[in-house]
Amino acid sequence: MKTGILEERRDQIHRTGEGAIDIACNRESLAGAVSQRACVFCGSRVVLYPIADALHLVHGPIGCAVYTWDIRGALSSGPELHRLSFSTDLQETDVIFGGEKKLEAALDELIDRHGPKAAFVYSTCIVGIIGDDLEAVCRTMSQKKGIPVLPVQSEGFKGSKREGYLAACKAMFKLVGSGDTSGISPVSVNIFGDFNLAGEIWIVRDYFRRMGVEVVANVTGDGRVADIGRCHGAALNLVQCSGATLDLARMMQEEYGTPFLRVSYLGIEDMADSLYQVADFFKDAAPGIVERTQELVRDELARLMPELARYRRDLEGKRVAMYVGGSFKAFSLVKAFRHLGMQVVMVGSQTGTKEDYAELEQITDPGTIIVDDANPLELSAFIKEKDVDLFVGGVKERPIAYKLGVGFCDHNHERKEALEGFVGMLNFAREVHASAMSPVWNFVPRRAARIAAREQEAVNE
Amino acid sequence: MSKSVIKTVPRAAARPNYVSTTNACKLCTPLGAALAFRGVEGAIPFLHGSQGCATYMRRYIISHFREPVDIASSALGEKNAIYGGGPNLKKGVLNVMKKYEPTLVGVATTCLTETIGDDVPMILHEFRKEFGDLDLPDIVHVSTPSYSGTHTDGWHGAVRSLVEQLCVEKTADTGRVNILPNMVSCEDIRHLKDICRDFGVQATILPDISETLDGPALEDYVKIPSGGTPIAEIREMSGARATIELGRCLPARTGGVSLEASFGVANHRIGLPMGLRESDRFFETLEAVTGKPMPRRYELERGRLVDALVDGHKYVFGKRAVVYGEEDLVAGLCAFLAEIGVDVVLAGTGSRGRGLERAVAEVTAGVARVAPQVREGVDFHDMAAEAEALAPDLLIGHSKGYTYARGWNIPMVRVGFPIHDRFGGQRRLHLGYKGALELFDRIVNTVMEKKQTDSDVGYGYL
Repeated sequence: MKTGILEERRDQIHRTGEGAIDIACNRESLAGAVSQRACVFCGSRVVLYPIADALHLVHGPIGCAVYTWDIRGALSSGPELHRLSFSTDLQETDVIFGGEKKLEAALDELIDRHGPKAAFVYSTCIVGIIGDDLEAVCRTMSQKKGIPVLPVQSEGFKGSKREGYLAACKAMFKLVGSGDTSGISPVSVNIFGDFNLAGEIWIVRDYFRRMGVEVVANVTGDGRVADIGRCHGAALNLVQCSGATLDLARMMQEEYGTPFLRVSYLGIEDMADSLYQVADFFKDAAPGIVERTQELVRDELARLMPELARYRRDLEGKRVAMYVGGSFKAFSLVKAFRHLGMQVVMVGSQTGTKEDYAELEQITDPGTIIVDDANPLELSAFIKEKDVDLFVGGVKERPIAYKLGVGFCDHNHERKEALEGFVGMLNFAREVHASAMSPVWNFVPRRAARIAAREQEAVNE
Repeated sequence: MSKSVIKTVPRAAARPNYVSTTNACKLCTPLGAALAFRGVEGAIPFLHGSQGCATYMRRYIISHFREPVDIASSALGEKNAIYGGGPNLKKGVLNVMKKYEPTLVGVATTCLTETIGDDVPMILHEFRKEFGDLDLPDIVHVSTPSYSGTHTDGWHGAVRSLVEQLCVEKTADTGRVNILPNMVSCEDIRHLKDICRDFGVQATILPDISETLDGPALEDYVKIPSGGTPIAEIREMSGARATIELGRCLPARTGGVSLEASFGVANHRIGLPMGLRESDRFFETLEAVTGKPMPRRYELERGRLVDALVDGHKYVFGKRAVVYGEEDLVAGLCAFLAEIGVDVVLAGTGSRGRGLERAVAEVTAGVARVAPQVREGVDFHDMAAEAEALAPDLLIGHSKGYTYARGWNIPMVRVGFPIHDRFGGQRRLHLGYKGALELFDRIVNTVMEKKQTDSDVGYGYL
């Protein structure tokens, strides 16, 4: 069949079991290919956005700020400054004469109005071109206002989301070390790479509380400037989301010697495994932690498994395709779908690395399509080829699935259901079930034709 | 908010002039262009800029229409920004040709490519020369720097570019009527088509997003959705008997103005047909252009509307509304709200210099009980600062005002774009007598629901 794959894209697609995997990735998106990727600015904005008591000022024309206004489900237990959209709304005259004065005035005004604990100033494409000295303006305003004012070098065209993650980590790293670490328990962690979508970080924090582990800082879900300032006092960094915060963990390891573990709170195995890893790390410092953790996992599973089994009965054998931002999520989801008896037939990510894809090949069944930086035409071709029942992705993938009459589950930053932790696995199963089992699929053309053919066959017999 | 009984409009204190923008009430220019290009048959919008612009806009548009929205990008990287984006633009168009087989590529610039000074017309000229041996699609370009204007400028600019770059010679009389509908919903376009069909006149509606952004379920994914204004018809717009362009706040130069200047096609610029009188003007214009009387079904629709206005008038009389959004939508809403006795205490738009104040004064003259205070170039922070003192009962506009409605505990009627927190925004009808009736039903029901919910009695009759 014609799959609509451009020649230049062939080495970014692999099928499990068919030769050695060598996916070309982390290359610039191909012009004209309608990539599902975003830009550097997007990467920075995603990571820093949930820091709720900071001012997030987008220095540029209005678009970049307006398309990122309160679009994510990152919840805060206190201040909600992050939900407002601030921009310098650069105009033609600013582009010609420079935007530094306007930026300074905007910061002056907004810091006075909102009294934030810090301000992040995001650079956008044209700021990089007109040459505004963001560093200098931020330095001046920081001195004037007495709070950290941090430039985020996130000019959109200077790479992909990955570079944006790095820029965000660099900005945050300037905060680290500014706070007092006295009183922090030796059994303590920072949660990196969780954005508290639908309150997920609260679920995970509760597990750590039950284990007797202190959480010093959330980076960045329900995040606070002061917590990040003292997070170098924690004994361990837990890094979820491979791309977003690993850079910060590495910087902290180098500067403060803080070790880090890579974890995932999605799905049963990864959630339990993450908790056990933490227990193991602290087993000398916190006697009994391993037993407490085992008990916690046992309790949670005893509640979860019977309910999960009910969903599994319906979902057994259904086929899943997924396209996610970072591939850590894909690893967890592949395993999570096994618990539901579902078969993963395609998995792709926007920003996976060679190692990520090699790992995906290890854990997927033969014939599974593995793809880097896909686009709508490719995705739809794969959906058809594999006769997919459910697609997991973000808002840009949803209409593709729906148009072809395929169920869909939003696993992106806009989700409003908590999908992490053991309870998250149940929510996930419920959502997957609600989509895959809806009677509406009987009426979509793809299935309606098949059902009609089957009925015709029955008549003929 | 408390309901004021009497009509002294509280005046807000002197308005501060903020440097910063908080919660903007506008979108960026290329988004409007991309939307308009989506309404041409076989077309794909193409943003000349960095990858993020296309992706962000797709996300934003998809959340409203719930349809696949493919927007290509030249995906400029750092080197391109330094040495010029020409090669990427050409390569991008070639790739789009290969993958999508479009009959038209609508190229809109972004702030990045405008700032680095890419000469898009020249690059495309070279492209056509270099690849003249290929079967090239039409390529229409529009300049849409995001630091200048709003998404409505992008929309009108794209429409004008389509007209000027595709319709280059006077064709024989086609008997058609050109309609430039402005940024209205898919359902609105469908209604305009019905009206023209019932008038027995063929209309070229540019753009026509009725099918391209609200299509049926499909068995096979199509690269470019069916529907849209046929390119052959755009080429023949010079042979139409007239152009009707909808909007009292349009830029000075538009597709309609251009067709009149170049080919003598009479241009009728009238407001969006929202409410009774602006719809009357639209139907009168159609009668004048076609020489035919309004079909009976529209007389009935008009009669039903007036009948409903009478039935429901008391529920909404004296309610105080804050209205915001695109300039022409705001003008249209003000026209209608004045007719039903709802006082628009504040009308705001993010655009500047589009003559909204004059337009609102014109459409509410002689009917409005209070002259709406009109604010151009405002964001939600500006509007909220004023609105709090104005004690509104209703917020009318797109989804982005929700947080304020919630804060003030007042209901909201969602109209226009984007509708991100309700279902079916693309199927909302705003235009004509029928659109006015739908809007009236929704406004009355919103007021009733609020009254019922807030009441201790729990009335089952209202």
